Amino acid sequence: MADFEIKADEFADITDVVCPVTFVKTKVALEELDDGQILQVHLNDGEPVQNVPRSIKDEGHQILKLIDNEDGTYELFIKKVGD
Amino acid sequence: MAMDYATLKKGGFMRQKQKNHFSLRLSVVGGQVSTEQLAAITEVAEKYGHGYIHLTSRQGIEIPFIRLEDIDEVKEALACGGATPGVCGPRVRTITACQGSAVCPNGCIETEELAKELNDRYFGKELPHKFKFGITGCQNNCLKAEENDLGIKGGVRVSWIQDKCISCGLCVKQCREGAISIEDGKITIDAEKCNYCGRCAFACPTDAYDTVPGYLISFGGLFGNQINKGTLIVPFVEDKETLFAICDAALKFFEDNAKSGERFKFTIDRIGKDKLDDVIWEAYNRKNK
Repeated sequence: MADFEIKADEFADITDVVCPVTFVKTKVALEELDDGQILQVHLNDGEPVQNVPRSIKDEGHQILKLIDNEDGTYELFIKKVGD
Repeated sequence: MAMDYATLKKGGFMRQKQKNHFSLRLSVVGGQVSTEQLAAITEVAEKYGHGYIHLTSRQGIEIPFIRLEDIDEVKEALACGGATPGVCGPRVRTITACQGSAVCPNGCIETEELAKELNDRYFGKELPHKFKFGITGCQNNCLKAEENDLGIKGGVRVSWIQDKCISCGLCVKQCREGAISIEDGKITIDAEKCNYCGRCAFACPTDAYDTVPGYLISFGGLFGNQINKGTLIVPFVEDKETLFAICDAALKFFEDNAKSGERFKFTIDRIGKDKLDDVIWEAYNRKNK
């Protein structure tokens, strides 16, 4: 997939919480959005990055991109699917 | 009355230290017991036993302190709840299994039905010595496949679907074998390193992996007086027909070659591992090339 700029509509930082709140906080942030809008999530390496993308995908949303900030954190871009 | 202990043992009745008392082993397949069976077992343990059951190391249930004179009544009471005695002695023992892909998020293969099918094919089959089958759904190996005479471990063969991939790199992170590399958005899987655990596919947030379930089969495991880890002979098996052909071949090898009271591992050592390899490869090659 070619690289492209993704513009987020909202931003959520989940580096201050641990599992399962990481997932819950992301889900709550997604609830605020409309179908098709994009959420950018700032998350930690380790358990959050291994579980949150998959869990969000299982909720039916679309994972657009995951960027490694190379400082122990990541940026995850999620497109909301459904209202 | 002369007691035929061998016959009783075959029927799941294990002689206790206490005279004329038996610990009744029940048939449990793949670790699944229905509530109806549990109710009947409870009733028997209360009425004929000492009000408790014992859980064996291989997912079995035993009802201790059953008296010799009650055996027929006990069998009848259990049958009403769909519970049947198991077996002890020189034959195919309880088929153990984890819950597999039907329930477990890590499960790579369906295990419940497979345990039933193996049970239908082989349970109680008379052999020179005991023979244990165990099924575990993935590399986490909760059911300890390699400690069985024949162990079955589930896995998935993965292939990358480029169109769905967003190059997030999660699969690379998740792989514990260092089998996946990513370069310029292209994933390469080192088949030599892949252990079929499926972590890459399970972690993928865009379903960019195609998975084919299958079996890794180990032979000659032991975990009693002697300890030996069962070993693989043929590669990943992707169809049940071949799996069963291999199980048939292993049992036949044991039946034809084992001395009475000799476990599979020692038959293999005595006859020669290469001889077993030949029959297992022959079974494998019937469908695979």
